Amino acid sequence: MANIGVNELLFLLQGLKWTIALAAIGFVGGGIFGLGVALMRVSTHAVLWRSGAAYIAVFQGTPLLMQLFVVYYGIGLLGVNVDAWIAVAIAFTLHTSAFLGEIWRGGIQSVPKGQTEAGKALGLHYVSRMKDVILPQALKISLPATIGFLVQLVKGTSLAAIVGFVELSRAGQIVSNQTFRPLMVFAIIGAIYFALCWPLSLWGASMERRLAKAAR
Amino acid sequence: MGYVLDFSVVYQRLPELLLAALSTVGLAVAGMSLATLIGILGVLTRTSKSRILRIPTIAFVEVIRNTPFLVQIFFIFFALPQFGIRLNPTATAIIALAVNGGAYAIEIIRGGVESIGKGQIEAGFALGLHKGQVFRHIVLKPAFRAIYPSLTSQFIMLTLTTSVCTSIAAYELTSVAQRIESDTFRSFEVYFSITLIYLAISGLMMTLFSAISRLLFSYPVR
Repeated sequence: MANIGVNELLFLLQGLKWTIALAAIGFVGGGIFGLGVALMRVSTHAVLWRSGAAYIAVFQGTPLLMQLFVVYYGIGLLGVNVDAWIAVAIAFTLHTSAFLGEIWRGGIQSVPKGQTEAGKALGLHYVSRMKDVILPQALKISLPATIGFLVQLVKGTSLAAIVGFVELSRAGQIVSNQTFRPLMVFAIIGAIYFALCWPLSLWGASMERRLAKAAR
Repeated sequence: MGYVLDFSVVYQRLPELLLAALSTVGLAVAGMSLATLIGILGVLTRTSKSRILRIPTIAFVEVIRNTPFLVQIFFIFFALPQFGIRLNPTATAIIALAVNGGAYAIEIIRGGVESIGKGQIEAGFALGLHKGQVFRHIVLKPAFRAIYPSLTSQFIMLTLTTSVCTSIAAYELTSVAQRIESDTFRSFEVYFSITLIYLAISGLMMTLFSAISRLLFSYPVR
């Protein structure tokens, strides 16, 4: 048995850096595409909303791990040579866009219809109606669920370990194999994830309470 | 390029995959049942007046909900032998799924129980119903109806999560797929195919759950 020293902890922190980077890339990229998915989903055009719904159904109906595998090996088939982290980041972006798309669809649809009608009556065109009237209200309503998903995403990045990408969990596996102290290592890893996720969860919950109070 | 997709390996080993898919469903059903049990017991301790019961339950729920399942399953996998419990990976996976699903179930069921207004229960007693009747008709059924959508979608999530159990080599769809992949090197074909199997499993579950919901909850509310 070896001890867990400074070197091991530094190695774990290197992994943590990638966990945060993956979650951040997934969230930003997924947010941009997710907005598109949400807008498709609430569109009145049948082809658009149907494909939006299908996209969401596929990503919500399959394991994140499979999405990682399929994107990871699928990109290889396309003949483009990309780094592992790019492939993984693409998979998280797609995954996030489907979930945020569904959350924001709910937000958009919970904005009263009169808002859209008033926007139309004022002669606002689609972009302005969405950007200035509907989306600001929809995003506010969906904020707690969005933060809740961010927690899911941070935890989800751990699955990149199974594909072989060295983020926090994979770093933990490596240190565990070197030191033969799996319980200690995974307790530390768990504590690090908890320190990342718990504040987000508390923030989301307090925001939900505040919104519920404001709605009353 | 020059890579030609070849799904014949998947076709040849389809019986193996379908058997593994059954095992995935089995893992999910076992995990769901135990998770519901933990959920019900956890609500009792979570809403208990005694702090010694309440605080550990809150801590359990928060820790499980804010750490990845992968880390939990590794921890349980290495922790159990320390207590002299030697289980095969599949049994360990069921325990991990139950613990994970249980934490979410506690929160969901608690929400349902709290959604029943006190006045309703008092009204039930005022109408002369006895304790058992009040619990069955006024607390249990409406609470179950209120939590049904979130509980069942949590069940589907749990089913998809079983794929992570491959990391401790439990017998289920993903681990069998990984074995076939390492035999044949047809990574994309294998994973693409089992993704479709997962999609079919979750689709069937959704259909089943909504059919049950129509059967049980079609009575009018107001």
